Amino acid sequence: MSLTMPAPEAAILENRGRLVRRLRAILPEESVIAEETAMRAYECDALTMYRQLPLVVALPETAPQVQEVMALAAEMNVKVVPRGAGTSLSGGSLPLGDGILLAMGKFNRILEIDYGNRCARVQPGVANLAISDAVAGRGFYYAPDPSSQIACSIGGNVGENSGGVHCLKYGLTTNNILGLEIVLMGGEIVRLGGKHLDSGGYDLMGLMTGSEGLLGVITEVTVRLLRKPEAARGLLLAFPTVEAGAACVADIIAAGIVPGGLEMMDGPAIRAAEDFQPCGYPTDAASLLICELDGEPSEVDHMAARVSDIARAAGATTVRASQSEDERLGFWAGRKNAFPAVGAIGPDYLCMDGTIPRGRLAEVLAGMSELAEQHGLRVANVFHAGDGNLHPLILYDANRPGDIEKAETFGADILKLCVAVGGVLTGEHGVGVEKRDLMGEMFTEADLDQQQRVKCAFDPEHRLNPGKVFPTLRRCAELGRMHVRGGALPFPDLPRF
Amino acid sequence: MEVLAPRDEADLEEAIAAAVAEGSTLAVEGEGSKRGLGHAVAARRRLSMAAMRGVSLYEPAELVLTAGAGTPLREIQGLLDQQGQQLAFEPADYGRILGGLAGRGTIGGAIAVNASGPRRIKAGAARDHLLGFRAVSGRGEPFKSGGRVMKNVTGYDLSKLMAGSHGTLGVMSEMTVKVLPKPETEETVVFAGLGDAAAVALMTAASGLPAEVSGFAHLPDGGGRTGLRLEGPAVSVASRRAALLRHFGGEAGVLAEAASRAFWEAVRDVQPLAGRGEQLWRLSVAPADGAATVARLTERGLPIAGRLYDWAGGLVWLAIETGRHGHAIREGLAGHATCIRAPEEVRAAEPVFHPQPPALAALSRRVKQSFDPKRVLNPGRMGEGL
Repeated sequence: MSLTMPAPEAAILENRGRLVRRLRAILPEESVIAEETAMRAYECDALTMYRQLPLVVALPETAPQVQEVMALAAEMNVKVVPRGAGTSLSGGSLPLGDGILLAMGKFNRILEIDYGNRCARVQPGVANLAISDAVAGRGFYYAPDPSSQIACSIGGNVGENSGGVHCLKYGLTTNNILGLEIVLMGGEIVRLGGKHLDSGGYDLMGLMTGSEGLLGVITEVTVRLLRKPEAARGLLLAFPTVEAGAACVADIIAAGIVPGGLEMMDGPAIRAAEDFQPCGYPTDAASLLICELDGEPSEVDHMAARVSDIARAAGATTVRASQSEDERLGFWAGRKNAFPAVGAIGPDYLCMDGTIPRGRLAEVLAGMSELAEQHGLRVANVFHAGDGNLHPLILYDANRPGDIEKAETFGADILKLCVAVGGVLTGEHGVGVEKRDLMGEMFTEADLDQQQRVKCAFDPEHRLNPGKVFPTLRRCAELGRMHVRGGALPFPDLPRF
Repeated sequence: MEVLAPRDEADLEEAIAAAVAEGSTLAVEGEGSKRGLGHAVAARRRLSMAAMRGVSLYEPAELVLTAGAGTPLREIQGLLDQQGQQLAFEPADYGRILGGLAGRGTIGGAIAVNASGPRRIKAGAARDHLLGFRAVSGRGEPFKSGGRVMKNVTGYDLSKLMAGSHGTLGVMSEMTVKVLPKPETEETVVFAGLGDAAAVALMTAASGLPAEVSGFAHLPDGGGRTGLRLEGPAVSVASRRAALLRHFGGEAGVLAEAASRAFWEAVRDVQPLAGRGEQLWRLSVAPADGAATVARLTERGLPIAGRLYDWAGGLVWLAIETGRHGHAIREGLAGHATCIRAPEEVRAAEPVFHPQPPALAALSRRVKQSFDPKRVLNPGRMGEGL
């Protein structure tokens, strides 16, 4: 493991017994897990290559309990790592050996569904899909749909600003929530937003979303509900080159069409999916697009015809429009199986998550092939093409010595390539521990210092989820110091009136 | 007042660093069209972003545009028009209601006040369209956040924080926004003669239908007009119009293209309330509560000179005659009330922005301090300590 986490503090480890006793005074006996075998269930999230036993696991079920745990942590100078369903792909909820793992799984109730205001108030441990399921009978749904939606919690979605395959049209988590209740490290409860749109004041809800559990613990979320589109059709489009597929994506968008979903797979991903479970993908194609159009039925048909024309003009060798719901789902089957399919040939894979300007796709894929050769590993690509979010799946064999390290270095090189063409390190999986040490590729020290100053406004002692997101932890006192330069009115050249 | 007009980021950094060094303050502005928003700022100098203008990147097929903060909105909209695209958040033009000229304002100003129009309810607010920015903090240090791609969770989302911060945290030098295609056609279905409560009930019902309405407004004047905007390909608009009329029955008029655009421009810019009453308040509430909120305030004896509902009832505009009513408006309100226009003595005497509970107010002050510890930028614009 190449990652260094902050060294556990001896004083905290020595006080473990007292901490556990104090936690048991706040929470019921079964909600404090301190035995090693039971804690094993919490030693990692979905980034399984990193594991660490927590100091102790606490499972609160009310906001006042969270407040008390936070106050205790502050009093005893103990760190806190919040955790939802543990599906983070970036190690966002990797425990600390000297930190309380605050597992929010008992916050599992939908508190209110308000159809008149098209929103629902839910506790953070409710699974993403459970929200849509609860309102499906009335024709509503919650739009962001990360592929782990059956398991991942809405609190974790807010922490990571999770996306999914429909982001270009419907946005990410940040565009689909109305309110939050959070507990700060100081123990204060703060409510942000509500059932209304856009409060005055600083948009702390926007800031909290995607802050990876470093700023506060989420104890309630108000999500927006959308009316389900009346109709949806899929188009399966295959191209002889990556360039042609990428050009088709650009042409669709330039024509003023914003599809509900627009996914691309490259040759290796197409063949892996088809080998795993045949679903009618043309295995000789270099790129495959799945374009989903949703909305009013006549509009969907109109758009499907236009996209088909655009695809043909872009050189598509296969253009199929779904004629039934079964056929539409069939188009998606291979894409949805892409990860296990790649896992089947891997035998292991590392899922990366960069975003690039779409126009640079062909160039980035070519660069990736070169890198694959250099590192001696294979890579398959699935791509949220509409929004430029790329998921290279690096194939490796964990049982072959040195392969994990090679895969990680290859992954880092891919992300550096994404940044070099104007993209970013992570589109939806978060920085966590996985990309922490790459932050300098994208941000200057001044950029990161300003982000850490924001952290200081919430958590001046760095007790909440330290060791994530930022490559170096800077003390708040040091960050706050002003370096005053120059004297009065030194700007002789500055135009003034 | 002396005006500093940086030409580039280095100038901007120098201007702010110098203000920090000499312990002075700066009032930040673009074209000055929103000078009347928020509390009056008593700053030593004015920092004009007007010279930092120009579109440095526009890629229609990627739906992104990067511009200097001082770029006039009309220039950006002109460029987007040529490609059949738009800023989908429909930035409002408060020029006229603030007693100034219409058609002015910069992209920096629109983002800084999170000026979102009727389509906010479907397409999101200004804050949802800011993908990334470069800025100089109140510490005089340049920093950036976000990027030029649609999907990005690398580091804290400081774009959300900057949008709506009224220039009190940092001065954005350039910003990248998401742009979207303009709909092929638009029209507005107008129901006449509804009272406030019935209109809000209709809008609530309509927002639960799959008709994809992109604007819901009720103008009570002249017996009441309730408008539902439909956008998209003509075939789809026609079919959704038919569905709405089937669902609600009764008589409805239809405003086509230009008339529809004029209707929504009026709603966006609150034109029906221009020149009415001494004060203008903007209430953001749960949409279904819009009419009940106004009824309660009327009962309390608030001298309401005019009202307008947008966002399906979730955005209530109130023109108020005179006096101090902040407390009465806000008491028991589940939402936020902001005073948009009032004489300076009223704005000095009561909070323009909705007062926050103590823990939240303290957190907001700490956030301000993390960017601008000496309170150099627009001090007090958003209230005490900000």
